[in-house]
Amino acid sequence: MTFLRRVLALVMKEFMVILRDPRSRFVVIVPPLLQFFVFGYAATFDVTRVRCAILDQARTPESRELIARFDGSESFRVVRYLQGAQEIDAVLDAQQARLVLFIADDFSEKLLQGQPADVQLIVDGRNSNVASVALGYAGEIVDRFNRSWLASKTVSAGGVRLDVEERAWFNANLLSRWYVVAPLGGTISMVVVMLLTSLSVAREREFGTFDQLLVAPFTPGEILLAKSLPGIVFGIVDSLLLVAGGVWWFGLPFRGSLLALVTVLTLFMASIVGIGLLVSSLSMTMQQALLGAFVFVMPSVILSGFTTPVENMPHWLQIGTLANPLRYVVTALRQIFLQGSGVADVWPQLWPMILIAVLTLPPSAWLFRHRVG
Amino acid sequence: MDSPDRHHSGQSGSPNAIVLKAERLVKVFGQKGKTPVTALHEISLEVAGGGVTGLVGPDGAGKTTLLRLAAGLLLPSSGSISVLGLDATRQAIAIQSRVGYMPQQFGLYQELSVRENLDLYADLQGVPALQRPERYEKLLHMTGLAEFTGRRAGQLSGGMKQKLGLACSLIKAPQMLLLDEPTVGVDPVSRRELWDIVNQLVRDEGIGVLMSTSYLDEADRCDRVVVLHEGRILAQGEPKFFRETLRGRVFTFAPAPGRGARFLQGKLSGTAGVVDATIRSGRVRCVFDAVPSSPDGLVSCEDCLDIKAVEPNFEDAFMAMLPHQELPVTPRALHAEEGAEQEITVQARGLKKVFGDFEAVKGISFEVARGKIFGLLGPNGAGKTTTFRMLCGLTGVSDGEVLVAGKDLRRSRARARQRLGYMAQIFSLYRQLSVLANLEFFGRAYGLHGRKLAERIDWALDEFDLRTRQDVQAGDLPGGYRQRLAMAVALLHEPAILFLDEPTSGADPLARREFWLRINGFSQQGVTVVVTTHFMEEAEYCDTLLIMSRGAELAQGTPEEIRNLVRSHANPEPTVEDAFIALAEGEIPGQLIPNGGRP
Repeated sequence: MTFLRRVLALVMKEFMVILRDPRSRFVVIVPPLLQFFVFGYAATFDVTRVRCAILDQARTPESRELIARFDGSESFRVVRYLQGAQEIDAVLDAQQARLVLFIADDFSEKLLQGQPADVQLIVDGRNSNVASVALGYAGEIVDRFNRSWLASKTVSAGGVRLDVEERAWFNANLLSRWYVVAPLGGTISMVVVMLLTSLSVAREREFGTFDQLLVAPFTPGEILLAKSLPGIVFGIVDSLLLVAGGVWWFGLPFRGSLLALVTVLTLFMASIVGIGLLVSSLSMTMQQALLGAFVFVMPSVILSGFTTPVENMPHWLQIGTLANPLRYVVTALRQIFLQGSGVADVWPQLWPMILIAVLTLPPSAWLFRHRVG
Repeated sequence: MDSPDRHHSGQSGSPNAIVLKAERLVKVFGQKGKTPVTALHEISLEVAGGGVTGLVGPDGAGKTTLLRLAAGLLLPSSGSISVLGLDATRQAIAIQSRVGYMPQQFGLYQELSVRENLDLYADLQGVPALQRPERYEKLLHMTGLAEFTGRRAGQLSGGMKQKLGLACSLIKAPQMLLLDEPTVGVDPVSRRELWDIVNQLVRDEGIGVLMSTSYLDEADRCDRVVVLHEGRILAQGEPKFFRETLRGRVFTFAPAPGRGARFLQGKLSGTAGVVDATIRSGRVRCVFDAVPSSPDGLVSCEDCLDIKAVEPNFEDAFMAMLPHQELPVTPRALHAEEGAEQEITVQARGLKKVFGDFEAVKGISFEVARGKIFGLLGPNGAGKTTTFRMLCGLTGVSDGEVLVAGKDLRRSRARARQRLGYMAQIFSLYRQLSVLANLEFFGRAYGLHGRKLAERIDWALDEFDLRTRQDVQAGDLPGGYRQRLAMAVALLHEPAILFLDEPTSGADPLARREFWLRINGFSQQGVTVVVTTHFMEEAEYCDTLLIMSRGAELAQGTPEEIRNLVRSHANPEPTVEDAFIALAEGEIPGQLIPNGGRP
């Protein structure tokens, strides 16, 4: 009974210290919401309305149809018609257009004669991502043009043609926003929880209040419990808020089970609190703690598969990502949101997070008393 | 002194010329959302060259503000201040190139060596390279740092750091020197040396020195004293003038055998007409508000052996001058636990602490009996706090053993800490929480709840006069109240053992007296007290004490035993400070007292 009262007092104190401090309150609420919207809108790989210039030397109905297909698509926007090949350099250099479609003057002749007719695509390779995506879209447009051309001209000639019909599962329209927003809640609340917990012990060390706790009849375990709870609670609340925002604001489907979601988030927050407290109890000042938190946050986001797939990384780096709790939660959240997974399905993502929490929490408790400056 | 350049500067600082003049100087600090604080109320004063003017007053009196205004680092809210004939508001740069200013925390670069720090300040002040070797030699010789030029500033002792700071502020032979508490926390030997340096400067170069201090005994060494209190000048004049006004009003009372000096002090401080009662060299020193008709009638013969009229000093005058407050009565409400007087509560054997290759504490042993006050004395950096933290289990022991109430706090279960009260050197309560929330949290931390908790909080709010401020955030409390709150927290759960780390550091003389009266009361009720302090005169309030210097024990015993170490014909009534200086300089061998000073 006295044990419970003491621990309750300690937990209440932790919450009060965070909620009474305007800066801590701010950290918990404002940056997560801001980042959520910024990421949700800005972080998309879909390439739309690429500026393109046209050099049409054929000037035939056929060439105009091809151009119309470019201009009419979501992906491209025709900004200029060029008069000669000498203008291509200038328009790309000045970034007025990222892509130039060059139609030679014998385009229609060859088409009508049934010969292969070339169109040339010149792309600005400085942004390789945009360039390759734009090339892909352009290829698709040309392909469709080809097919409709064949269909209209040689209806009976070819007979049955083989055609590939693509269907993407889980994200039928292959919206990259789904890919980004699904794990966004976990990623953003990780930063918040990391800041909160990494400062928690270091702040008390800096102001001397930690000594006052250590001479009181608290065990390290009790202090650990009281220090972990606010981080876990604020982390879960923040990420659930962002999950709700993803569903109702960005229109993401939520196909999995709520239980799986809460389990994943709880274990994830426990592992982050473990790392945060380890950083905090190793630090003697708040400055050291903040540095430690940033040293962890940046690489863990990059190595999580949140933006670039882990499979694309070199093998040795992929092994490194196994120690990154964010990697598991990113995978698990995508599974729950898009694939409709339950607790059993995400188990391979759960136990590594448990392991990380178990490996970080006890050493932090030990360090409370044994880290001396 | 020997360079032609300095002869020149000596001329402008000719003795008795006015080097600093303030007229109706006001400084108000305003912070948004808070009521503005008036640090200085219409101060008018003059400082003469060729002497030391002491700026004396408790913390928060406005000493630092005045010095910073003089150095042109702050702008006055109204009124004027001029230094060496230059207006501090409009000609701040000109003043800064002629004046040496040493702030409380002098900006030494801890990673640079002594020599590199000097070079840096010489560069900053634009001292020509040709003049440097001569100037360096003089300063290093004067400060005794000549053999340490290669040592990093961070590795110097507290006293050596202050001397290096002083050397850096003297690098371009200033015409006036502004020193902000240069001696605070410095060991008595270094303090004496710092004073020698300042006196030599005044003698040789004829410059004017304005120096603030919170050590009242240093006021007697000044040529002139200005007493500041809450931003106003209470009095100014030669120290002699202050002493004269008290003639016939200061007496010392020797306690009767069997009656402790603290008992007598408690009795006398509650007597009408007594404005100050302290323990000095084993006797109770009393200052009266007027010349008493018969001091003999004040105490009964059972308590007091004899009474002597003594020569007043500046501290007596200062205490008589302060607007007087009721001294607190002996506190009630801490119930003593019955037990054998001789029961050992705190014990240390061969205690050592090593940080890397630095030995912070070099094998210390002592014992404290129940209900006794044990003092750890020594200058800053002597290893007091490290020893203290080992006792409380806050830091590991490199070698040796500590037992508190029979247990090693570092290894024992959390329960063992239940009977401990702890007050840290820096204010270490939750600044974001209110006074009441802090009391509630720490009360619950020690297992108090319900009616018992309410009772104890009531007691604390009354005892420490915190009721009117119970909803103030602890971080917004003024210094004195922070100290009270910290002590209230330490006592809330009625601990049997109290650990107090430098509880009086930074407190004004009045608060320090109040504090010791309280501590005295608690010990009478059976609470064991372990306390550290760098104020040597506070040794008199302890039953036994251990004097430390550079991590080692210098001496251990009762205050009387320690004073007796240096008693001689030349000095028939030595103070503990005299003993410290003699011990530190190796004039007498330390650790004379066998049996660890047990009573």
